[in-house]
Amino acid sequence: MKRRDFIYLAGLGATASILPGIPLIGSPISVERSLERVDVSTKKKLADVGLNAARAKGATYTDVRIGRYLNQYIITREDRVENIVNTESYGMGIRVIANGSWGFAATDKMDNDSVSKTAELAVAIAKENSRLLTEPVRLAPQKGHGEVSWRAPIEKNAFEIPIKEKVDLLLSVNDAAMKGGADFINSYLFMVNEQKYFASTDGSYIDQDIHRIWPTFFITKIDSASGKFETRNALSAPMGLGYEYLEARPQDKIKGITTLYKDRYDMLEDAKAAAAQSAEKLTAKSVEPGKYDLILDPSHLWLTIHESTGHPTELDRVLGYEANFAGTSFLTLDKWESKKFNYGNNIVNIFADKTQPGSLGAAGYDDEGVKCGRWDVIKGGLLVNYQAIRDQAHILGLNESQGCCYADNWSSVQFQRMPNISLMPGKEKKSIDDLIKGVEKGIYIIGDGSFSIDQQRYNFQFGGQLYYEIKNGKIAGMLKDVAYQSNTQEFWNSCAGIADESDYRLGGSFFDGKGQPMQTSSVSHGSSTARFNGVNVINTARKLG
Amino acid sequence: MSLYSKEEARQILEKVVKFSKADGCEVILTGAAIGNIRYARNSVSTAGENNDATLIVQSYFGKKSGTATINEFDDASLEKVVRMSEELATLAPENPEFMEPLPQQTYGESTTYAEATSKITPDFRANAAANSIKLARNKGVTAAGFLVDETSVAAMMNSKGLFAYNQSTNVTYTATMRTDDGTGSGWVTRDFNDVTKLDIGEASLVAIDKALHSRNAKAIEPGKYTVILEPAASAELLRNMLFNMNARPADEGRSFLSKKGGGTKLGEKIYDERINFYTDPTHSEVPAAPWTPDGQARKKMDIIRNGVVKNIFYDRYWASKKHVESVPFPGNAIMDGGSASLDDMIRDTKKGILVTRFWYIRTVDPQTLLYTGLTRDGTFYIENGKIKHPIKNFRFNESPVIMLNNLETLGKQVRVSAGGGGVNFFLPYMKIRDFTFTSLSDAI
Repeated sequence: MKRRDFIYLAGLGATASILPGIPLIGSPISVERSLERVDVSTKKKLADVGLNAARAKGATYTDVRIGRYLNQYIITREDRVENIVNTESYGMGIRVIANGSWGFAATDKMDNDSVSKTAELAVAIAKENSRLLTEPVRLAPQKGHGEVSWRAPIEKNAFEIPIKEKVDLLLSVNDAAMKGGADFINSYLFMVNEQKYFASTDGSYIDQDIHRIWPTFFITKIDSASGKFETRNALSAPMGLGYEYLEARPQDKIKGITTLYKDRYDMLEDAKAAAAQSAEKLTAKSVEPGKYDLILDPSHLWLTIHESTGHPTELDRVLGYEANFAGTSFLTLDKWESKKFNYGNNIVNIFADKTQPGSLGAAGYDDEGVKCGRWDVIKGGLLVNYQAIRDQAHILGLNESQGCCYADNWSSVQFQRMPNISLMPGKEKKSIDDLIKGVEKGIYIIGDGSFSIDQQRYNFQFGGQLYYEIKNGKIAGMLKDVAYQSNTQEFWNSCAGIADESDYRLGGSFFDGKGQPMQTSSVSHGSSTARFNGVNVINTARKLG
Repeated sequence: MSLYSKEEARQILEKVVKFSKADGCEVILTGAAIGNIRYARNSVSTAGENNDATLIVQSYFGKKSGTATINEFDDASLEKVVRMSEELATLAPENPEFMEPLPQQTYGESTTYAEATSKITPDFRANAAANSIKLARNKGVTAAGFLVDETSVAAMMNSKGLFAYNQSTNVTYTATMRTDDGTGSGWVTRDFNDVTKLDIGEASLVAIDKALHSRNAKAIEPGKYTVILEPAASAELLRNMLFNMNARPADEGRSFLSKKGGGTKLGEKIYDERINFYTDPTHSEVPAAPWTPDGQARKKMDIIRNGVVKNIFYDRYWASKKHVESVPFPGNAIMDGGSASLDDMIRDTKKGILVTRFWYIRTVDPQTLLYTGLTRDGTFYIENGKIKHPIKNFRFNESPVIMLNNLETLGKQVRVSAGGGGVNFFLPYMKIRDFTFTSLSDAI
């Protein structure tokens, strides 16, 4: 057994089977200690030691990242707390260019001697790597920002809310679900705080404070007579917000066949609805396979955007750097160079953005000191741009990076990661009801479910949480056993309507994986509800023995 | 220093246990030296080494427990981590499922360590990458690969007198070879405890050969086909099945092993009678640590025998609630094979598909263990006993339970890493009828 697997199994015990892929990150610390902060002047002094030591050994460029990563997870089921995890990971990563090659080393011993040695090791590794170099690193110019800071615009730091208040919330959610008829509920509250300091030989000293939160649950309803069970997961989104996300407000609720949520989430209300809906799913009609017009809610569509637009426009995949793991991309450079590659219908406009408040990808600067911004990726249905970092900008003829560099820890080397990638709302006034009204034979899908896409991002299959049949412009009841299969280009060309800005919402993921060794990153995808015509729907019901 | 010997580990752990003032404590010491090299576009992209050790202390008062971790090992640090775990335990809510640590258990001999692997150097990794890239270049192919090696130790001790120690090595290599014109792609994976069994050149050539033979794939209609699954293709599906064989969700009615009207399918025949699946920590090809992270002894045990579910996994809490012996989750899984070679299996196939690997496998329905995913990096059409031509990739929707009922032939076994979760597999090539492909993919 590899050590990571051992710690993972030992650390999370029974919950591991429910939440695969959530490693025990960092070392447990007390709640009080998690609220202490490292002084910026201390970080600047340490960073300068690293920059100077690398320069002295011959590095032509150096950046230093000092990271303090705090995670708090509260894990409950039914009437009890299963685990409370409060961890800290603190250390420094130093990246250099020497002899035209990258080198990287990291340490958690934060004294001058250790920092110097780490910088020297990074230079030695760069020189070793240069033996197999085919083309020297070409770094897009980046002006130093001097000493600057950026803080996520949160209202309530979730780490300052007493653990008891958070446990009480989850247990009240569980109680409401059980009273509503659920047989089982697992509920979770994930909170993350990244305190990041970046310094480079370009003259930047950037201090940032980033917060993320994700409340979620999984409800199961069992019909023991038939031996069948159904599940319904939370309709929340992981957000770049503080604890205020859990303070429900009427203006953030969209009332319909089920209540949907914008920038605030009513976990209690959603759990009650989920308990009832999981029971309703047991007797719902099994879908007739065939072609349907789909109305996709943003709580579902975010994942389709993530997989079919976010990943194929990652420039490192396009170039082949991920060929052995995440895969390559069908959006090859020749398609972009042609300026007429028809990715989708002309109403499809998709943009990259690292500035939207409340989004998971929001930051002031990326992990190589580039100011974050917004740009078009798909415009009027045409492929117009990718996601790039400093050593890739020249490939796109850009004079500066697009600011997509990220590392999931101080000990990981930063590389190209997906910014928020979002679908622009429709320009005409249009509600969810307006979209449904126009559909003769369709399915309205809410919530994310099963997801799978090929390594070049052509063929995909998605499921959801709730499926409603649409007949002649009206919702005709709940369906189950639904999944749709399509091809990225065909799917986005079938886009026949997008609700207006008033319906725009974010979905997202805490655990987008890429790289070897794998790193995770958090990313949001915004959209309004959208219609896609004539999509192939399959029935997923099977019989065992 | 991260790779403590048995005696060094014992001394550290004894000190820690002596500092305890709680009702009891359990302490785990892990250390690892991990090295890797990654290459793509015929050039090295990253390389590194990481070396560290961690001590995890769990203290408890009644059913309240707290865990703290530290990576410094002087006496003051050791005492500090014990006090911190005790402080966290007093603040924690009571956990009705908390189980007190076990007394000393009897463990078998470990065979998870191979010295050669622990001696891998950065030079070795760089030469491996260079070798693979050179072979690729010679054939007009672009190489991307990842080699990672690990030497690790794990030791545990508790206030009830239990002590366990294990030393382990592992090396995993994967490579993807793509023809320079982008029309063919091949892949290979190798996983061993002992690096002397790893032949980078041989492995690279397998992937290069698949890439060259998969050029200009033809589309055939999706539908139900007889498939020959290489072990790397079936591994993740079988891993997912194994990970869903826990007793608790089965008893709770939310598992593929739950039975209509209540109860579980333990003891029932739910697979083809030729399916035998078992765990054995002493297996020479896929050795596993002789103890689990909570100190239970791992033993040879049937999971499926003659198609019948013989054991499902009970953690200590659920076993106590159900008044049965606990059945720890296995550290490896072995599926009996047959004598047929891959060539024999192809020769005996009138019409079928050879699958190198599956990709992006996700649950569609947990009730039937229905999974979806796609073929990748070498999919070939077989007709009248011969590979006729490469075919475009397919998406499948299939359950490993249905798959293991549709068994035609079992072939030779190979060790495969099923991508995380701490379990290594020794699996046969399998010929399966009526495997369900639901759509075509243009991906190469």
